Amino acid sequence: MADSHTFDAKGHNPDTDGSLPPEGSELEAHLQSKHMVINMGPSHPATHGTVRLKVELDGETIVKIDPEIGFLHRGFQKSCENVTWTQCLPYTDRLNYLSAMMNNFGFLNAVEKLIGLEIPERAQYIRVIGSELHRLTDHLTCVGATGLEMGGFAPFLYGMEARELLQDRVTELTGARLTTSFGRVGGINRDLPEGWADKVHKTLTRTEELLVEMDGLLTRNRIFVDRTKNTGVISAEDAIDYGWTGPALRACGIDHDLRKAHPYWVYERFNFSVAVGEHGDNYDRYLVRMEEMRQSISIIRQALETIPAGPIIVDDWRIALPPKPEVYGTIEGVMAHFKLVMEGIQVPPGECYDATEASNGELGWYLVSDGRGRPYKVHVRAPGFPVLAAVPHIIEGKMLADLIPTFDTINMIGGEVEQ
Amino acid sequence: MTPPFWAPYKAADSSPSVIGSPLSTFALDRVSAHFPEAVVERYVDRAGGAWAVIHPDSLPKVAAFLKNDAELEFKLFGSIDGVDRLHLAENDPRFEVVYFLYSFKRHEHVRLKVRVSEHQPVIPSLVPLYRGANWWERLTFDFYGIRFEGHPDLRRILLYDEFQGHPLRKDYALRDRQPLIPERPIKDIFRGPGTSGHS
Repeated sequence: MADSHTFDAKGHNPDTDGSLPPEGSELEAHLQSKHMVINMGPSHPATHGTVRLKVELDGETIVKIDPEIGFLHRGFQKSCENVTWTQCLPYTDRLNYLSAMMNNFGFLNAVEKLIGLEIPERAQYIRVIGSELHRLTDHLTCVGATGLEMGGFAPFLYGMEARELLQDRVTELTGARLTTSFGRVGGINRDLPEGWADKVHKTLTRTEELLVEMDGLLTRNRIFVDRTKNTGVISAEDAIDYGWTGPALRACGIDHDLRKAHPYWVYERFNFSVAVGEHGDNYDRYLVRMEEMRQSISIIRQALETIPAGPIIVDDWRIALPPKPEVYGTIEGVMAHFKLVMEGIQVPPGECYDATEASNGELGWYLVSDGRGRPYKVHVRAPGFPVLAAVPHIIEGKMLADLIPTFDTINMIGGEVEQ
Repeated sequence: MTPPFWAPYKAADSSPSVIGSPLSTFALDRVSAHFPEAVVERYVDRAGGAWAVIHPDSLPKVAAFLKNDAELEFKLFGSIDGVDRLHLAENDPRFEVVYFLYSFKRHEHVRLKVRVSEHQPVIPSLVPLYRGANWWERLTFDFYGIRFEGHPDLRRILLYDEFQGHPLRKDYALRDRQPLIPERPIKDIFRGPGTSGHS
């Protein structure tokens, strides 16, 4: 690289004794280096999971990159095809371990579509609250980790504090921090705990404070802005062609959110706006996530204020377990319980495609049932899969250092990408 | 509370075939009108989603029409996956490949299906049309062994190259084991001066 400021007009090097560099010296020669192939991952702190990136470098410029995935492949689909519909639920947790509830509810929603089931209103509210709580934790982790890998440890810690508080609320609701397995076909398996709403309100207030801290530490931080602005740029057309959805697509300026486009559950009752970026770079993806968190907080508050009383699961013993007094006191209850536990829900034969807006985009499910009580086919359209597929397109020809923020802000989750 | 008693035990026996409110069939109607020979079958699934079964050879032109027609613009690539119909009542031809596309203009998904036989599981690739199809086609190849003609880089994506068989086929047993494979020879990278690597 011939830096123009190193030599003055006469060719004197101001840093040395002033003598002219010899004609055709090494300093002026074009440095031809051999391309170097390096491995990033499978276990690299910045790969967030186990993905191996084979990177071919010319100096610091990425010539070619080949993401090699599959290290976390667990046979999700094959496992689901061999268990009952309810038993699939724990497998869906592990798709996106940062926002397990969204995967639970997305899967259940698709199964309910296939059965043709309308779930009680209160259950729909609880699903909205749970989903938005987990959207917060997912985005907090993503934004915090982005800050961390750009060299700022404090925003990560603030994010983790908020995330821990939210995880505590999730634990009180579902009984588990990460792998929630929450909800059942036909509704929700446990109601909101006593006094939980007040705790959530307090947590959300604290989360808002912490978001202000993170915003102050990152949004106008020179180092952070330099590393993220105009890096990892993708145009809206390319993003659509690759099948991007969610915050990464919205950062390109496309106003598309399934919660608005095809409202499911009770989303159309809440007042919230969709954050849309402009440039499709890392900085916009960060900003979109920050704004989505504020909107999620507002949705949870509205939902907690307006949640109606009532049943949380359908009253149909072919779908939902009967209440325990019925199981212990009546023969019908025992039979229904036994049949459901041993044979599972008899989902009628048929197929359907259904999608919900998960934290990283459209989480689609294509389910086929043959009527034997087990899924015949469970196809999951993981939002991270097309996003990761576009990384070579974004990053080839750019600097190696740009790969880190790009990989952070697309928020690829190994569990769902590698099934 | 009166529990629904157990008489219609198999929900399948009594429930109607379509329960959801039918979604728009506008896009598929246009496809049928333009390419009557390409559409093998049309039906509506249980949740009201409209499907078209497309002849494999016609898939690229149907997809190009869906993508580029001014009234449709199904530009957002959804996903691809296979279905092995081996144990279903209707299982000839054996494999189905499903395609989902989304249109911002019409705010809906379109559902396409292509059926191919076990002996000739070949479908034209959609990668020239949608770059997003690349990895999904590799995934379908990996797990079902369906080949996509014209794909630039059709190799396994989640499993390793030495894997034998295609695990989502119904005749691949759940607990099937793979043979141990020898370690791959690694073309050595430049190690530089010093003693690292070789003793």
